[in-house]
Parts: sequence; C-alpha cells; structure tokens
Amino acid sequence: MTLHEGAATGRRLDRMLTINGWLVFAFLYLPILVVIGFSFSGANNVGTWGGFSLRWYERMLGNGPLIHALQNTLWIALFSTIVATVFGTAAALSLDRYRRWVSKGTFDAVLYMPVIIPDVTMAVMLLLWFTQIGLPLGRGTIILAHIAFNISFVAIVVRARLANMDPAMEEAAADLYASRWATFRRVTLPLIMPGVLGGGLLALTLSLDDVVITSFVQGPGSTTLPVHVFGLIRRSVTPEINAVSTLMVTASMILVFASLAIQRRE
Amino acid sequence: MEHDVASTEREAGAPGAPPEPAKPAPMTVGVVAVGLHGVTKRFGEDVIAVRNMDLEVRDGEFFSLLGPSGCGKTTTLRIIAGLDYPTDGSVQIYGEEMGLKPPNKRPVNTVFQSYALFPHMNVEDNVSFGLRMQNVDQAEVRRRTGEAIDLVRLSGMEKRRPNALSGGEQQRVALARALVNQPKVLLLDEPLGALDLKLRQAMQLELKDIQHEVGISFVYVTHDQEEALTMSDRIGVMNEGELVQVGRSEDIYESPANLFVAGFVGDMVFLPGEIAATGAVRLKGGEIVQARTTAAPGTSITLAIRPEMLDLYGERSEAPSGRNAVAGTVTRRIFLGESLYYKIDIGASGVFDVRVENVPSAKRWAVGDAVIVDFHLEAATAFAE
Repeated sequence: MTLHEGAATGRRLDRMLTINGWLVFAFLYLPILVVIGFSFSGANNVGTWGGFSLRWYERMLGNGPLIHALQNTLWIALFSTIVATVFGTAAALSLDRYRRWVSKGTFDAVLYMPVIIPDVTMAVMLLLWFTQIGLPLGRGTIILAHIAFNISFVAIVVRARLANMDPAMEEAAADLYASRWATFRRVTLPLIMPGVLGGGLLALTLSLDDVVITSFVQGPGSTTLPVHVFGLIRRSVTPEINAVSTLMVTASMILVFASLAIQRRE
Repeated sequence: MEHDVASTEREAGAPGAPPEPAKPAPMTVGVVAVGLHGVTKRFGEDVIAVRNMDLEVRDGEFFSLLGPSGCGKTTTLRIIAGLDYPTDGSVQIYGEEMGLKPPNKRPVNTVFQSYALFPHMNVEDNVSFGLRMQNVDQAEVRRRTGEAIDLVRLSGMEKRRPNALSGGEQQRVALARALVNQPKVLLLDEPLGALDLKLRQAMQLELKDIQHEVGISFVYVTHDQEEALTMSDRIGVMNEGELVQVGRSEDIYESPANLFVAGFVGDMVFLPGEIAATGAVRLKGGEIVQARTTAAPGTSITLAIRPEMLDLYGERSEAPSGRNAVAGTVTRRIFLGESLYYKIDIGASGVFDVRVENVPSAKRWAVGDAVIVDFHLEAATAFAE
C-alpha cells in the first residue's frame, strides 16, 4: 500500500467517524426536537402540525394540578439539593481524609451503592423503610428519598475535585496560622467550590427529573411534575404534554450545561 | 531524660571515624533555635522514617538537612513544623516544648516543595494570608505585605494569580508568604527543586542573602549536595532515618564520618583493600599506600580519595617524595571544560578517577599512557567495612 492510499483510507475512516457522530446526535436529539416543534403546534392532536400557536403553553399555565405539581417539584428539588450537597460534600471530605475509620473501599462501595442499584429497588427499599418507621408518605418522604440518592452523586463529583487538590494546600494554610475552620473556609471550600456547585446542580437535575422513586414514596397531594406527566400520558395524550416536556427538557439542559461549565472552571 | 548534646551530635568524632584533622575553631554556640531530642517517627509497624534523632539548630544559622530521597529529611522538617508528630522524643523551638501543638500555633513557617500557593488568591492575598489569620491590623498587614513583596523583588505583580507567574516567581511568592510572618525559624523543603539550573544557582545566592538580611534560622532540606555545600553554615547528613554527620561544609567534605557520607557528598574514588600495618593499606593488587585510618591491621577496608586530590606524573622520579604513588595506565580521557577527567587502570587494585584542572601548566595525557597516580597520605581515608 502506498503512502497516498494509506492517507486516502485514513480520510475515508475520518469521514465515517464524522457521519457516525452525527447519526448518534440525531438519534439522541431528533425526538426532543420533534417534541419541541409540536409544542408550538395549534392542532388538537399530538402528532399533527396546526400552525404556530402558544395555546398549549397557555393551557399548561392555567392547569391547576399541573402548576401545583410544578411547585412541589421545585420545593422538593431545592430543599433536597441543599441538604444533599452539604452531606455529600461532607462525605467526600471524610472519605478523602479519615480513611482509617472504615476501610476506604468499604465506605466507597456503600456510598456509591445508590448510584448503581436500580431505581425500582431503591424505591421499594425506601417505601418499606418509611412505612416500617411509620413516616406518613408525602413531600417529607420524597425529600428524604431524594436526599438519599443525591448524596452519592454530590460526593462523587466533589471527590473528583478533592483528588486533584494538592494536600500541601491545607498544610500551608495551617502553617500560616489558619485554624481548622479558617482553613476550610478560606482554602479548602473555595478550591472545591466548582465541584460542590457542579454536584449540587447535578443533584437538582436528578431531583427535578425523578419519576420512579418519587412515585413510590409520594403521598396524596405531593405529586411532582414528572410523576404527574407520567399519569397524564396514561389517561389522555394532549399536546399540552409537549409543552410540559419542552419546559422540562429546557430546564434540565440548562442545569446540565451549567454543571459542566462550573466543573470545568480552573 | 538528660541529653548531652555535644556527645550526641556526632560532629566528626563518630565511632569508627578516621582520626580527626585539625579541629576547626568551635563556632560560638549561641541560643538553640530548634532542638530535637530522641525524635523517632514511625509510620505503621515497620516503617521508621526518623530514628532517635538529636539535633540542635542554632540561632541565625543556615542549616541544611542533606540526604537521598526517603532518608527522612522531609519528615524531620514536617515534625518541626507540626505537620507530623513524632512517635517518640521531643521538639523544642527556642526552648519552648512543642508537644502536640498544631502547625498554626508554632512560631515557624514553611516553604513547601510544591510551593502550595493558593490558586484562588492573587500574590498580595497569598502573602498577607498569615498576617490576616493572626488578626494583625489592616494598616500593618498592608505595610508588611508590601515589604515582603519588595524583599523578594516582586513589586508590580501584587494582583497576579499564581498560575500567571513563572516557577521562579512562584517560588518567591512562597518565600515572601512565609517570611512576612517574621517566623523564628524558616523551614524550606527543597524549594529550588523545580527550577532549572541557572535559576537555581541564582536563587541559592539570593536565598542566602535574604537569610542574612532577615537574620533568622533557616532549616533547609535538600538532596542536592552541591546546594547544601554552597549555602549552609552547617549540614546534617541523613541516611535511612538517621542523622549520620553534622558539621560545616568543609568538615563534611573533607572528613566524612563514614562511607555513606563519603560517597554521597562530592565525587569519590573507592578502592577495596585491607589494613597492612598501622596507617598503611594494602590494595587488592598488592600496592601499599599510607592513609588516615583507625582500623586495626588485618581489617578489610574501603579506601576513599577525592578525584581532585590526585596528581598524575609520567615517571616515579618526577613525583614528590613522601607521598603515595601508584602506577597505572590511562584508559579514558573526558574533557569537561574547566577540568579533564581521566580513568586510570591500576590492575587488580581497581580504577582511579582523576580530575586535573585545565590550566596551561597541566600536562595532558592520552589513552594508553603509563602514569603514576600520586596523592598525599592525608587525602586518603580508609573506612572499615
């Protein structure tokens, strides 16, 4: 094979890889684009185009139960994210430092379990646990459940950040007369902040989108938006679903991109 | 527990050491800045990083801890700083027992090997960090920070972040950040290790000047023997967790306490042999040479000679009398610029490395020449194995 032929093969390969890349993107994003497109359709059927209209968005905003579910979702997401971020960060710090109190491998495995086990299993476990200890199902149990799975995600992101931190940073702070607390406030926290914020945003996204676990541990009146939408689809499908989906996709995308941008900082 | 410092601090008189040369006039023993007494540091069951170490660093002194990596020198520094605690023994700074005091309660500051500058703070904030943590009032923080930045010649770079600085500049920030607190002792952990040769040499002199200017004790950890020789008032050589020898640069270089120090500090020719009679060594090839030694006749020894202490002559008659002379053949010549390096094969006895200064009067030898290697009997030391 001549050099020229080799180069030609290489170029053909490159082109195929590029095409493959576009195909993957199309596969992933075309359905989303379709939903977004049809959310602006004026037709009464989900899949037909009836000219540009914002009527389904209007309907969505006037839909009482749906707005209530949205409010629930936001409160639950906000609260569970804040708590999970604090605990997840603390867990990451203790994993990084105090390796001796439990063997590191064991603690790692235990902490990462919620990431690995299927949602349904986690949901059943939590439901069983809540009914065993006699907690009434509702917003409270949803929040607890979201905190439970989000701690792991936050811890994973923060640990990645900690692993890249020079251990001499904290030693230098201590050497420069900073107390343990001042060292954390002035040096450690600012340095891991991108990880903390990134983990927090990830937690927020997961909480906003969760269906399986929430639908198991919810109570009357505590439904979140994704669970509510899931219920709607089973009964009747109106183009209003498209509008709601578009809203959710947009919110998630913003959060994911924000999370990535923050983690990439510095 | 009593500690007789003079006897535990092994200057040149460690057991098994060669007879001492004319002892240098003793330095005025001033106030002890850092005192380690019987300090041992274990990591886990098996690893002993520092073993029963006694050390006194004097007030205003530039003291280097020199040794290969893993010899315990950095651990020793960390123990003084309070970043590690000794398993056994005590640490005193200007007479005050440190015990389990955390680093932020000790009157010392450290320049870290990685510099450990805070990346989210600019130069000024890095330098003033220690003062702010001590709640020094703002006007004074500003004044002292400015002075420290001037001292390390970084004026005009106050607002830069560490990642916008060169390695040498980062090193200066680390130095200013420590010195601004006016510590009683400054600890430096291989601070020049990451710099290139030229910058390192310039910084060596500058560090020495700064130390002179601020007048505090520096404890300097390095594995670079040349750096230690250049900068230090005194050097402590460490090996495998033990302090092997403490002394001035000249003492360490000219009267190494044992084979390890002899080999680690500077170049050295080693030849195996045994003691033939008091003060006389028989090399493997049968040649008898005079050497400094305390070993008894019959003992197996290693003879150590500095390459620059050796002279070369063409004939035995040309060599000055009353010195050692061994016949050999030139097998290699390496031109080093300021000197020439020869390898001289002396048969069964081994190989001499000889360094001859490149001056007009020096005769140049070619490979294959028969030569006489000549050296003063004081230049050779026999260490019992």
